[in-house]
Amino acid sequence: MEYYGGVNDETLRPPTVWYTDRVEINMHMVVLTKGVPDFREGKVSFDEDGHLERGKTPTVMNPNDKIALRAALQTKVKHGGTVSLMSMGPPGYKEILQEGMREVYADDLYLFSDREMGAADTWATAMTVATGIEKLGEEPDIIFAGFKTADGETGHTGPQTNWCLDINENMTDRPLITHVISLDIDEDEGIVRAKRLVEGDVSEIETIEAELPAFVVTDPEFVANYRRAEYRLRYRDLREETQERAANLDLDEDVTVWNHEDLNLDPDFIGLDGSPTIVAGVDPIPKGPSEREAQMITPDDQEGMEAVLEEMQQFVAGD
Amino acid sequence: MTDEYEHYEAVVVGAGPGGAAAAAALAKQGVETLVLERGTEAGSKNVSGGLIYAEKSAPYTIDSLFPDFREEAAERPVGEYYMHNIAGEKVKTFDLNKIHHHDTEWCDAVLRRHMDSWLADQVHELTRETGGGLLTDVRVNGLLREGGQIVGVTCDELDPIRADVIVAADGVNSELARDAGLMDWEDPEEWFQGVKAVVEMDPEVINDRFDVSPEEGVAHLFGGDLFQNVRGGGFLYTNEGSLSIGTVFHLDSLADERAEPHELLDSLLTHPLLDQWFQGEYDEREYAAKLVPDSKKVAHPSPHRGRLLLVGDAAGQMQAQGPIIKGMNHAVTAGGLAAEAYQEAKTRGQPEAAGALYEQKLEDEGVMKQLRPQRYRVTRFVSESPPVNWLGEKVLNSRVGGVGIKAFGGLLERSFNSPFVLGMAPDTKLTYVTAPARIGEVLGTPVTAENDIEPPELDDRIGDLTYNVGDPHIEVLDDSFEASGLAVTACPVSAKGFGGGCYREETVQTNGSTERKVSLDTQPCVECGTCAIVADTHWEHPSGGKGVEYKQG
Ligand SMILES: Cc1cc2nc3c(=O)[nH]c(=O)nc-3n(C[C@H](O)[C@H](O)[C@H](O)COP(=O)(O)OP(=O)(O)OC[C@H]3O[C@@H](n4cnc5c(N)ncnc54)[C@H](O)[C@@H]3O)c2cc1C
Ligand code: SF4
Repeated sequence: MEYYGGVNDETLRPPTVWYTDRVEINMHMVVLTKGVPDFREGKVSFDEDGHLERGKTPTVMNPNDKIALRAALQTKVKHGGTVSLMSMGPPGYKEILQEGMREVYADDLYLFSDREMGAADTWATAMTVATGIEKLGEEPDIIFAGFKTADGETGHTGPQTNWCLDINENMTDRPLITHVISLDIDEDEGIVRAKRLVEGDVSEIETIEAELPAFVVTDPEFVANYRRAEYRLRYRDLREETQERAANLDLDEDVTVWNHEDLNLDPDFIGLDGSPTIVAGVDPIPKGPSEREAQMITPDDQEGMEAVLEEMQQFVAGD
Repeated sequence: MTDEYEHYEAVVVGAGPGGAAAAAALAKQGVETLVLERGTEAGSKNVSGGLIYAEKSAPYTIDSLFPDFREEAAERPVGEYYMHNIAGEKVKTFDLNKIHHHDTEWCDAVLRRHMDSWLADQVHELTRETGGGLLTDVRVNGLLREGGQIVGVTCDELDPIRADVIVAADGVNSELARDAGLMDWEDPEEWFQGVKAVVEMDPEVINDRFDVSPEEGVAHLFGGDLFQNVRGGGFLYTNEGSLSIGTVFHLDSLADERAEPHELLDSLLTHPLLDQWFQGEYDEREYAAKLVPDSKKVAHPSPHRGRLLLVGDAAGQMQAQGPIIKGMNHAVTAGGLAAEAYQEAKTRGQPEAAGALYEQKLEDEGVMKQLRPQRYRVTRFVSESPPVNWLGEKVLNSRVGGVGIKAFGGLLERSFNSPFVLGMAPDTKLTYVTAPARIGEVLGTPVTAENDIEPPELDDRIGDLTYNVGDPHIEVLDDSFEASGLAVTACPVSAKGFGGGCYREETVQTNGSTERKVSLDTQPCVECGTCAIVADTHWEHPSGGKGVEYKQG
């Protein structure tokens, strides 16, 4: 039994406590993460105009994603299973996956990466990630994402990934639970019971139940709870074992990298080309007049895409 | 199912030497053992002076349970042992090697953070194999009872846990011993207070100034008139790259004399005698303090109740043999015996007899005899009585006494080396202050050196410690100066007129009259336990991982 750290002394009593009490339902969990510039003092670098110098600022795992990873670890500790950590980004993101594994936990690491996927917005990212999840074969019981990334991003990737999964006929629709601050799984009922901040407000907390599989977005206020010694002991085992694994990780061997071909994705739908978001400064984008007739364009080629951009041009001027 | 309480065959509370020994011995016998430690790492709460003895006569020694101990967890082996009798600047040094080596297999200096955390790793490995393990950051806050019987423990951080046997190795101020009604925290006479500084010094410099090889260490003890009449003494032990220097005083004497513990430590640090070692350099790594039980008075003759067995300081098993302090070794022995007792009782089909069997073993193995020597009990009444002391002082201080000391200097040195005499030695000013001072005065030679080092101020000492501040864990029940005023001076991180410590004296105006009160801020508390005894408080340890965190110990 691997759990016991390779002890095979027959004279020892069989492990009893956690083994009898623990309910193994072997959850499969996926945690989504992305890299952000390291905003810590002394790490971050700005140019003369006060713009962030991405090239000179090291990229680290989004701190909020570590909180999501903790929620997944808690679930694994209590109910068994595996935690897959996933990201989309350049090959350098392998180190971010490694960081997540070292500092929190992960059983296996996935990176969706190639040139076609570059400069994707949240929507294109969501599309890619959702396809990656589908490719895992077995549907995860819970997908975890952290709340907003630290580089001022929108917090949309999580929910949008879930929409992408919902529109995928091969995948079960799953409830989306956001601002989760604590989490428990009821194995018998097959439900997740979560405490969440209503509207992200710390003063208002509600408890909700949802059926598995589910999509959970953790709030920065999330705290894992381990009120049984067996959980803490298992936590300690898992942490020790993964830290060692993370330290000896072979980034080429141990990170599964899928490119757009592996995922069977059309380059036009991913990366910059597949990103409908247009950043037009910080002003809000005015709504199009509602009486306007919808114009259907199929953006399945260069021409189509250009038409979309042209159509949108008039709304993004900002005045 | 998951709503039910967890159960482990054995729960050991505390991962000091006593708990580590008990857990290792239990695990080696295949007992499923869970160890709960409140520190963020084992050792982060612990302080000792630092000499751990392996006694030839002891049934368990730390290296019998942990074979790599000396190599991995200890500092220098200590082969030489001296006692300095001090009167002003006059010092007479006795060689106490004989008593130091009496019944000693080996003796090493240790620093507790390193030692205990190393032990905890071994213990975790051993206990994990039986289905248990060691957890830090968990504070046990009481006993779980059912129908009046002790059936487990309750914790701040975990749901209650049941166990067939509970070993309380939670040290001095054991909350479990108190909860079980086996110990009270009333009488300052039953305790010592130890205060210590760990001082940085390069290994080569130590070799040179103490005239030892890299594999050797030395112990120096100090007694006499340098501690403002407070009963007790000082010590200095060499570590690999640091010195442990401290004081141990009878708590009642310390409190009554209204002495400031940090000042007494400074009196030692700045004595001219120490200049030969400091030579003007002083770099303090850590200031620490803790109570020490006096086994002569509080070693519990029957340290168990139901499934609960007390081990080490929790049972008062801390022996002060004159200047020699033996607590860690006895905690180890007791831990081993408690484990053995449980296993035997279980084999006989009567696990509930473990406590009685443990008590028997402490007696049979001669541990109780060491802890509470009969001689002390017999002689105490006479020798601690005021007239006898008065007479003793008179004689010693007289010219005749001086002549006697001169004539019998060698005999005196020999009696300091006698475990028999030391076991009998009364806890009076006579033994701790007058006699050493008189010896120094009559036989000593003046130390001419000038020791101009400047130990840190109290607020810097506090500032240099690491704290993870939690909720207040001590509540003053009676804040009148009469009830709790002693804590203002006796608390090692408070001082009269000092605003940055735990206890402060205040004058409050009420209806025209002024009242003296004390106020408490637990933030700088080092959890030494002093105010649990000398003040009227409700005293608990902080929750797991909270409070002070020692890096040296
Ligand atoms: C200044 C000083 C000098 C000393 N010098 C020496 C010396 O030279 N030689 C010697 O042998 N002895 C010496 N001692 C005494 C020695 O330190 C003790 O006797 C010894 O540490 C006792 O061991 P123990 O295992 O019983 O308790 P401890 O070592 O105190 O261990 C108790 C453990 O229990 C933990 N704990 C406490 N309460 C709880 C709780 N509620 N829940 C969970 N965990 C808890 C603590 O964090 C700690 O780790 C000295 C003591 C002092 C203060
Ligand atoms: S407040 Fe009490 S326990 Fe804390 S350091 Fe002072 S005397 Fe010791």
